[in-house]
Amino acid sequence: MSTTIEAPKRKREVIDQAVIRFCGDSGDGMQITGSQFTNTVALYGNDLATFPDYPAEIRAPAGTLPGVSGFQVHFSSSDVYTPGDAVDALVAMNPAALAVNLADLKKNGILIVNLDNFKETDLRKAQLKVSPLEDHSLDAYRLFTVELTRLTRAALKDLGLDAKSMDRCKNFFALGMCYWLYNRPMDSTTRWLEDKFKKTPQLVQANKLAMQAGYSYCEATEAFQVSYEIPPAKLAPGVYRNISGNTALAMGFVAASNKAGIPLFLGSYPITPASDILHELSGYKDFGVMTFQAEDEIAAVTSAIGASYAGALAITTTSGPGMALKTEAIGLAIAVELPLVICDIQRGGPSTGLPTKTEQADLLQAMFGRNSEAPIPVIAASSPGDCFWVALEASRIALKYMVPVIVLSDGYLANGAEPWRIPNVEDLPEIPVLFETNPEDFHPYRRNSETLARPWAIPGTPGLEHRLGGLEKQDVTGNISYDPINHEHMVRTRAAKVEAIAQDIPDVVPEGDPSGDLLIVAWGSTHGPITAALHAERGKGRRIGHVHLRHLNPLPRNLGEVIQRYKKVLVPEMNMGQLSMILRAKYLVDAIGYNKIQGKPFKQSEIEDKIQELLS
Amino acid sequence: MTTATLPVYTRKDFQTDQEVRWCPGCGDYAILSAVQSVFADLGIPREKFVIVSGIGCSSRFPYYMNTYGFHTIHGRAPAVATGIKITRPDLDVWVVTGDGDSLSIGGNHTIHMLRRNVGLKVLMFNNRIYGLTKGQYSPTSEIGKKTKSTPFGTTDRPFNPISLAIGSEATFVARSVDVFQQHLKDTLKKTAAHKGAAYVEILQNCNIFNDGAWEDLTEKDARSEHIVQLEHGKPLIFGKNRDKGIRMNGFDLEVVQLGDGVTEKDLLVHDEKHPRAAYAFLLAHMEQRPGFPTPIGVLRAWDNVPRYEDLIADQIRDVQAKRGKGDLSKLLRTGDTWEVRAQ
Repeated sequence: MSTTIEAPKRKREVIDQAVIRFCGDSGDGMQITGSQFTNTVALYGNDLATFPDYPAEIRAPAGTLPGVSGFQVHFSSSDVYTPGDAVDALVAMNPAALAVNLADLKKNGILIVNLDNFKETDLRKAQLKVSPLEDHSLDAYRLFTVELTRLTRAALKDLGLDAKSMDRCKNFFALGMCYWLYNRPMDSTTRWLEDKFKKTPQLVQANKLAMQAGYSYCEATEAFQVSYEIPPAKLAPGVYRNISGNTALAMGFVAASNKAGIPLFLGSYPITPASDILHELSGYKDFGVMTFQAEDEIAAVTSAIGASYAGALAITTTSGPGMALKTEAIGLAIAVELPLVICDIQRGGPSTGLPTKTEQADLLQAMFGRNSEAPIPVIAASSPGDCFWVALEASRIALKYMVPVIVLSDGYLANGAEPWRIPNVEDLPEIPVLFETNPEDFHPYRRNSETLARPWAIPGTPGLEHRLGGLEKQDVTGNISYDPINHEHMVRTRAAKVEAIAQDIPDVVPEGDPSGDLLIVAWGSTHGPITAALHAERGKGRRIGHVHLRHLNPLPRNLGEVIQRYKKVLVPEMNMGQLSMILRAKYLVDAIGYNKIQGKPFKQSEIEDKIQELLS
Repeated sequence: MTTATLPVYTRKDFQTDQEVRWCPGCGDYAILSAVQSVFADLGIPREKFVIVSGIGCSSRFPYYMNTYGFHTIHGRAPAVATGIKITRPDLDVWVVTGDGDSLSIGGNHTIHMLRRNVGLKVLMFNNRIYGLTKGQYSPTSEIGKKTKSTPFGTTDRPFNPISLAIGSEATFVARSVDVFQQHLKDTLKKTAAHKGAAYVEILQNCNIFNDGAWEDLTEKDARSEHIVQLEHGKPLIFGKNRDKGIRMNGFDLEVVQLGDGVTEKDLLVHDEKHPRAAYAFLLAHMEQRPGFPTPIGVLRAWDNVPRYEDLIADQIRDVQAKRGKGDLSKLLRTGDTWEVRAQ
């Protein structure tokens, strides 16, 4: 009797979640590779969060440590709040990428490296003396050394491409391997390639072949004994897409313009990480969007003020250094009481700082960064998809109260992506806009008694000719006035107008416990890791609540009362304690700051550790 | 057939009830009066006018004009006005500014507005001094000038505003003088008729901090000797007895005495539509040369350059014609989407 001998069947393990990071040289196409993987897992129905991390240099010297670019995707069959603290699978295209990213790989994690890029010169560029592939420093990981360059060239040898063009496809070889590893189809990436390179079918073919070769390599070589399956997440029913914060903001403003029935004007000057909003909106000419790439940040905001004066929904987009330049003009918008939305996509500072890294240290600048008493509503987005809703809310407030409004996002939200349930256009709230047309007893500063808004009387309207300006005005008439009592009245009125918005925003309802030992108060992009940590720590029986502030000025009316219901208050921020300072000043509360200023978002574990420290 | 009735206005219709607060004797009064009477004659409905200003004495102008007016911040009027014009190309938008506002703090906006050819009319009141801040030198002050901030004289080379405007590819460049009322009105009318960006330097006296700023040009006896009035299609003649002229000599200009075999036919005939920048530059720089007169009038009037706001509107129209008007629902669904069904 004989039995045939067969190789043991390779296992397909069903797991709940995984974190994968692609890293390589900034010319290796890691952002594209990561985005493609993201799209594919999103289409499959996983919840996800991404973290693109790239250098400020467009092309730092190839193969060096500063030139390393990475893209991390966390995908799961349950809710995802962060891009993940640690990485399950790391694809490193060269020694520099390995050196920069290895610390984040979990023990026993999957490590795929491009063996062809570990020659002596490559090691030298990464400032390594000994190859990590040979010194046992990688023993704790499941290391797969793959000749990505050679294998890609072999797969493409019949296409007649030069070596350089072939090598540029090796990221798709790696992508193909990951599709096999996580049992994902290649069809959405194939469709993307066919569209992206429709004018050069040879490149479509080359990248497809490279991807298929990577997939087949895993299939054939049995390098991997296990592949993984992560079932779709149970998301709320609806139609979904993937969206980044900047795209969501851009679309939110188009939606706001549509709902307000007035054209959208963007005045902007390119600045990282805000430029994508300008790119996005400049493509929406079919929506009548007017985009003006101004000569500088000041012209960007002042042109928007002009557009607002003329009756448009006017916005300007920038980052911290640009905000500093716009300061005086924002004061003008406050004085002339015109609607305007200023988006600050925050980055590390001061000065040029860390252009491509995230931070949330412009809160006090947004609140107070102008001469004299110049209060302004400030609202912050908490996730990439939330940027859409924040754009609508900022527009609503600006148009209803005739005020400039600052929107705070940050580099992490701007470039990070998540699945987003697409709203029905009919369900979006209307934003009523009423231009003044009645010349009878018209006064430019006669106020609506409820909102304190002055009328929006746009040029071209017969009988409403009037003058506006940055000089102090007499209330009601708008005439220049140096009267001391009138000045105090106007200062207080402008403040009261912003304060009145508190009546028009929802009370906060803490997530988690409505009262207890600890309240976490936070804002902006820290929402993800805090939510994840809250779930984990409450699971251990701790009584914790979490208030994530969307409206930072004015603050929700019940915040002070909510704070009283907890024994301690923790404020995690990617700054030196700016919200803490506001909460302490406003509520005389002992807000405990937890501050990380590393250009990187909080990890879930960091928040958990802090909670444990405070409650033990 | 119906004809639209043109509004009939007088100068008074453009006056406001606000007390004019320039120093008595300031050149700005004359400019205000000229602008009010020219506006009344343009046949444009009053509500279509917008006057945008920056900061400085001149920038109080909007408060005294019964039109839409916006007194903005220092130097930024061209940018604010650009936003207005892009949003509402149908409006007649004028920028009133000064030498400090336009050429110092607002220099960047000035040159970019001109190169884009935004359909704005800029009236730059040049008194070669900072008046509102009480007497510091400006970017057009003569080198060596003693002012509050330069007790030993300035060391700055001044701008020639006309040259700067030409260098910024301005499609309309002109110069007039506060006290030459008729010339000023004629220049303003030509300015109003220009479609693209117009830059008009108005030489203006500050009788408090720089009295006699343009005395050489405005003194009755001196003016005909020191000024040449540019008129399209006419030879460049000046002098009390109209006996001097400007002639081309190689690639340069020279001043010639008429008579002695030199006739008007030998003189340079002004062409405000001359396609070469060099031509307008030669005229603009005459004033800096000994023996040459200062040109006033229209130096350049190019009418074949599209306006910025029209290009923007055309692009929107073209894209809408090609793609149809934007559908928000479709926009939100661009790219890959997937449906999660109720379970």
